[in-house]
Amino acid sequence: MTVPVIELRGLARTYPGPPPVPALRPADLVIEAGGYVAVTGPSGSGKSTLLHLLGLLDSPTEGSYLLDGLDTSALNDRDRSALRGRQIGVVFQAFHLLPYRTALENVLLAELYNQTPRSDRLRAAADALDAVGLGHRLDALPTTLSGGESQRVAIARALVNRPSLLLCDEPTGNLDSRNAASLMELLDQLNAAGFTIMVITHDAGVAAHAGRTIVISDGVLSERIEVDHA
Amino acid sequence: MRRSLTGLPLPRLTARDATAEAVAGIVQRPGRAGLTMLGTVLGVGAFVAVLGLTATGAGQISHQFTVLEDTTVTVEDNGPANNVAAPGTNPAIGFPADADAIAGHINGVAAAGVWWPVSVPDGTNFTGSLALSAAASQTINLLAASPGATAAMGLTMVAGSPLSTYENDNSQHVAVIDTSTAAALGISAARLASHPAAFVDGIAYTVVGVYSSAQRVVTDESAMLIPENTALADFGNPQPGIGNQDEAQMVVATRVGAAQAVSRQIAAAELPTDPSRLVVTSPPNPQNLQSEVSGDLAGLFLILALISLLIGAVGIANTTLVAVLERTEEIGLRRAVGARPRHIAAQFLAESTAIGTLGGLIGTCIGVGTVVIFAAAKDWTAVLNPAYTLPAPLIGSVVGLLAGAYPALRAARTSPLAALRHA
Ligand SMILES: Nc1ncnc2c1ncn2[C@@H]1O[C@H](COP(=O)(O)OP(=O)(O)O)[C@@H](O)[C@H]1O
Ligand SMILES: [Mg+2]
Repeated sequence: MTVPVIELRGLARTYPGPPPVPALRPADLVIEAGGYVAVTGPSGSGKSTLLHLLGLLDSPTEGSYLLDGLDTSALNDRDRSALRGRQIGVVFQAFHLLPYRTALENVLLAELYNQTPRSDRLRAAADALDAVGLGHRLDALPTTLSGGESQRVAIARALVNRPSLLLCDEPTGNLDSRNAASLMELLDQLNAAGFTIMVITHDAGVAAHAGRTIVISDGVLSERIEVDHA
Repeated sequence: MRRSLTGLPLPRLTARDATAEAVAGIVQRPGRAGLTMLGTVLGVGAFVAVLGLTATGAGQISHQFTVLEDTTVTVEDNGPANNVAAPGTNPAIGFPADADAIAGHINGVAAAGVWWPVSVPDGTNFTGSLALSAAASQTINLLAASPGATAAMGLTMVAGSPLSTYENDNSQHVAVIDTSTAAALGISAARLASHPAAFVDGIAYTVVGVYSSAQRVVTDESAMLIPENTALADFGNPQPGIGNQDEAQMVVATRVGAAQAVSRQIAAAELPTDPSRLVVTSPPNPQNLQSEVSGDLAGLFLILALISLLIGAVGIANTTLVAVLERTEEIGLRRAVGARPRHIAAQFLAESTAIGTLGGLIGTCIGVGTVVIFAAAKDWTAVLNPAYTLPAPLIGSVVGLLAGAYPALRAARTSPLAALRHA
């Protein structure tokens, strides 16, 4: 039996107030390798909180989070940084590209702290941009890229280290419908190529791409059961 | 390769990568980087320029002195009083008969000898020929000089030779004159072989040498030098040295740098029984002079340089802090892709240090340029001590490193979550 990529055991996050905000209630969740999960819910329901916990950008106030079978709550900052760099790729709604760096340099940034030789990094970055269909825009500055292209650069940056988990926070939130559709196609391809993906979204159309949808409401996770419209 | 508990290699930022990131951070805002390093440029520039100008000025002063004053020691016979000798006569000179030889044994002495201005009665005739009328008579400085003294005077001969020991020992009636005296007396330097004579009140002195210039004593006046013993025989003892400048004295030419040592030894060597009778004059110590020059003005400028550096440090600290606040998103992103807080700190430290180093380099160039241009304008030799000049850019590095410490700490503490959260 393979180890799940994500296993949450009573994971919860309460922001210390005042007043304290229980943004995520104790949650249990398992995502197998190669899974493609959508998380939906209204604004303020705790979607980003969950993503930040899964991305090791934040620590839970309760429960434990096992990434590839490793209990992350036992790890110090050094090891969590190593996991962030190697095992997890995050795609943000706001892209977060460095404005003065080219597409290639933005992707290279994700490999900077990696202990890999520079020539290997360059090749991997160019390959990643190629994989998202931007092999011809390596030297473009983010200011000259469209929203869809910028988000593709961000995805290339997230997957350049071949992480076991790709986390996307509202990846289509800043895109028009045509760009959003082609981006979802790209995520489908990446999932088909073996990446485990979690997408946070408002958009039912985006959620429909995922094999599984988790609904979050006031910090409570629940699995959406497919209902037959008989 | 170090691995963590997770089995993964630990995140790491090499010095080369940190430097590349710092340079990228600086060049993306070149105008701001330029303004930021201004204080450091001024501070380091002022530092280099002040030290360079001080050294150049002091070098110039000691250069001027080295040429002559630094190699000249003067010893005056300052006694005894008139009444020691019989009425109407002068006392014997204080220097021993072998004064030249004694001085010659002192380490560092190149040449030394006794001389004095011979006092001749008013209206004494100097002529180039007995046949010439009184109208052609001249007033000429007549000096008694030992052979050592003529050597120490550093005469540049155009004809003949300086006074010799033989001529002195035998009280010969010979003279060495300068070119203007030769011209005034109608004596041709080219025809010394015909033994022309200069007459002092009818006494003939055969001109054995003509000189064009001198390094000491007879530097800027026309003179006629006759042997010491001849002068004693013809004109008696010189006036004693109280209240006039006609006393016997000794001129000592030393080797470069030896004047101080020679001046300390010579009185006791010449007159062991009564050294205080001899008054020794030596050039000022060039090192004292140099430190005097660097003492007052340079101190002020160095304080100004320090203030500029302080302002430079505040400038760098301020800009780096602003950059940290502006770039929280970048910091959050770097944390998200594996950077540890220390890597973030290292990056901003590298940036502030690079700005400081660049400022230091530019400042050093400006400082060196200032010294070189100033020296060229004054026709001086620029003196730049490599011990101060070469490490000067490092002052900028240190300023940048110190100035970046607090902003780097702030950057390292930036929460990645706060940085990446969007509205
Ligand atoms: N740092 C924080 N401190 C306090 N409350 C927070 C903080 N971050 C988020 N919250 C609150 O937690 C809840 C969940 O937020 P979030 O996870 O961002 O929701 P979503 O992404 O679904 O819109 C919201 O009520 C939000 O106001
Ligand atoms: Mg959100």
